[in-house]
Amino acid sequence: MSIVAPPIAAPDMLVERGGLLAKLHEWVVTVDHKRLGVMYVVAGLAFFLIAGLEAGVIRWQLAAAGKTFVSPQVFNRLFTMHGTTMVFLVGIPIVFGFANYLVPLMIGARDLAFPRLNAFGFWAFLFGGLLLYFSFLGGDGLYGAGSAPDVGWFAYAPLTARAFSPGNSTDYWNLSILVMGFGTVATSINLIATTLTMRCRGMSLGRMPLYVWMMLVVSGMTVLALPPLSAAQIMLLLDRFLGAHFFDTQAGGSAVMWQHFFWFFGHPEVYILMVPGFAMVSEIIPVFSRKVIFGYPMVVAASLAIGFLAMTVWAHHMFAVGMGAPLNSAFAASTMLIAIPTGIKIFNWVATMYGGRIRFATPMLFACAFLFQFLCAGLTGIILSVVPFNWQLTDSYFVVAHFHFVLVGSLIFTIFGAIYYWFPKVTGRMLSERLGRWHFWLFLIGFNLTFVPMHWAGMLGMPRRIYTYPADRGWDFWNLISSLGVPFQVAAVLIFVVNIALSLRRGAPAGSDPWDAWTLEWSTASPPPPYNFETAPVVESRRPLWDLKHPDDPDGPHE
Amino acid sequence: MRRVLAVVPTPSMFAPVSTPAFAIREVSFLVLAIVTVIFVIVAGLTVYAIVRYRRRPGDDAREPPQVYGSTQIELAWTVVPFLIVIVLFLTTARYIFAVERHAAPPEALEVTVVGNQWWWEIRYPSLGIVTANELHVPVSDPARPTPTFITLQSADVVHSFWIPQLAGKMDVIPGQRNRTWVEPLTPGTYVGQCAEFCGVQHAGMLLTVTVHSKDDFARWVAAQQAVAADVPAARAGRDVFTSVACISCHTVRGTPANGVFGPDLTHLMSRATLGAGVAPNTPENLRAWVNDPASLKPGALMPAMKLSKNQLDQLVAYLGTLR
Repeated sequence: MSIVAPPIAAPDMLVERGGLLAKLHEWVVTVDHKRLGVMYVVAGLAFFLIAGLEAGVIRWQLAAAGKTFVSPQVFNRLFTMHGTTMVFLVGIPIVFGFANYLVPLMIGARDLAFPRLNAFGFWAFLFGGLLLYFSFLGGDGLYGAGSAPDVGWFAYAPLTARAFSPGNSTDYWNLSILVMGFGTVATSINLIATTLTMRCRGMSLGRMPLYVWMMLVVSGMTVLALPPLSAAQIMLLLDRFLGAHFFDTQAGGSAVMWQHFFWFFGHPEVYILMVPGFAMVSEIIPVFSRKVIFGYPMVVAASLAIGFLAMTVWAHHMFAVGMGAPLNSAFAASTMLIAIPTGIKIFNWVATMYGGRIRFATPMLFACAFLFQFLCAGLTGIILSVVPFNWQLTDSYFVVAHFHFVLVGSLIFTIFGAIYYWFPKVTGRMLSERLGRWHFWLFLIGFNLTFVPMHWAGMLGMPRRIYTYPADRGWDFWNLISSLGVPFQVAAVLIFVVNIALSLRRGAPAGSDPWDAWTLEWSTASPPPPYNFETAPVVESRRPLWDLKHPDDPDGPHE
Repeated sequence: MRRVLAVVPTPSMFAPVSTPAFAIREVSFLVLAIVTVIFVIVAGLTVYAIVRYRRRPGDDAREPPQVYGSTQIELAWTVVPFLIVIVLFLTTARYIFAVERHAAPPEALEVTVVGNQWWWEIRYPSLGIVTANELHVPVSDPARPTPTFITLQSADVVHSFWIPQLAGKMDVIPGQRNRTWVEPLTPGTYVGQCAEFCGVQHAGMLLTVTVHSKDDFARWVAAQQAVAADVPAARAGRDVFTSVACISCHTVRGTPANGVFGPDLTHLMSRATLGAGVAPNTPENLRAWVNDPASLKPGALMPAMKLSKNQLDQLVAYLGTLR
């Protein structure tokens, strides 16, 4: 058995000692999957703070009826930038950053298949993001500062036409999404190639960690779903600059076609973001329950089913555009069907915990909250698939509640859990458990205070994307509670930042395998050397480190 | 005809007064019941697993028994949700077709609603009425139904027509004629607003629907069909109206003003609000609006007309006669 590498020198001891500039240079020119992964996640977290700030202002404005804290123009920019940032600059880079870091380590490879393509993907993302934020200065030209895009993250045509959105702010949105799209597709192709061709000896597809399986599905979805969005962005570009009429309804273009393009990307995108969350908890729950995942083949099959079905549900965002009863019914059917593989996963996770010895370290706390919140998100998803009910709920605050339960209550919770889980591997130091608990409980309270009441506001008829509302509608109370959740979330995130800052310097040394885990990344040093493994690992089951720790009862015969 | 804006109820989708909204509430109760049962079972099992199988002080260091899966159990939790999905889908499809394919009876009232940035134009082609922001319809008697069928068109961007107590949303899309219908069974005033983001004043694009008894509706129609009153005392204001740019955008039937970009003002004073619901239609608000619409509705497309104080007084006095 040759899977355990002896502890070896950390990477920064190997590089030549130089000044700050030399160190910076190291990071800028790197093609190492681990460094790129870390840069992805750090950049994603930085944008997370910015998007959170934007959300905080939105909640302050909506805390009571008729407030004038920000103007309608500013409010529209804020929710446009919040949505665009959270999806393209927080969700995507963090989930792909984790995959960058973890996939090669989990399959026993030394890097991704195309390291330079990987670096290209990261820089395309980063410059795309900076381009988007430069719009605050450049949207109206440098001297008419203050015009970020204000057309919503979905940018429905024909509001994006020159006639309704003059100036450059919409162009910044359009171009930055286009640039980031190329980077994300490049990274997805890279992950697919790596997973299919660079697995270590003995790691058949059926022995890959669930994380790797799910990221393979995610990468496949990305390659299918993102290019249509890029195509639509190019059409919009032609409309705005060369007078084409794809979406120009005044010249016979189609507003609904944009919606089809956008949601053909937009719904798979929800799974592109959420399946990585499933991937993370599929590693965390077994380790902290001390049990093998229950029904590995079924979880893999469910992931593939989600991947396929995710491509068939997009028009459920469009039940109110007048597609007609047959199409509405078809998309209701596909949407309800996707609940089945998703439900199967929840059952498998709970069955994994059943009969275990669950240790509630911070990663597991986040995973448990994820189980409940994702259950709620899934059930409100089923509610939304009932088309007649959807005619009432779509574009109301109920939908805002629903997808924040998905993207915050489920995805951000799993990302936090994953950061607590893999931080020791990446830095060699543990995050503080004490601060971690504060972070968890405050975020749990804040999240639910903010987003549970939105279900009620929506059912009482409150539409989305309004900068203010009349006082007599009965929405004040629920909005006030929502806004009161903000300070809790802010405190939680501050504690998280402090925890990272303190633990980077003073955290307890992690060792190679602090959680007594079973996948290959825990067999090499923390942080892993640039070449990952001293000798190429060989595996004989899905849990190589379990085999090593339990030579009397290896996994192989049970699989 | 001027009404005092009554206490406006919360536009709750669970307080329907119209046939399609009742149908939606019916199917919503079914799905809410199903998901509640699922939630209780799954959340219950999860809580049980968390509490029962937590690590306790004094546990030995041995790993618990490893269970790799069970075909029977996994088959069960695949098949049961599948059956639930079938039931839910068939019910949903039945309601979709029932609401969308509901045929208009000959007595149905036809209305065209045109979404504009950021107001609603309301046309009654068969009655020769054009008004704005306040839809008036007759109450329907289930024994002899008189529903209102609404054709939705947009002059600019995508909007969405939504009065929760009357019906679900239907988007208002340029280049497309969408249809929706309401069949209110209780007289009253019901509120709603644009539900698809449509630009700066999306939040200020409100809409009310007033449901009249048959007789009241007939009276309202007769009043709206009249051309604008010509009050001699307000001639000066009318001259201001027709000599500055007002008439480029607004129509007042019975005068040379026939603009189509803004709301028809023929019976402006019969409406309870200004600026598509952003302010009550009081003389002070009307004056403030004409002087500078952005003071009540920042971003509104109507420009400030830069009138002298005297012109403003005359114009507001004239508008006050458009009953």
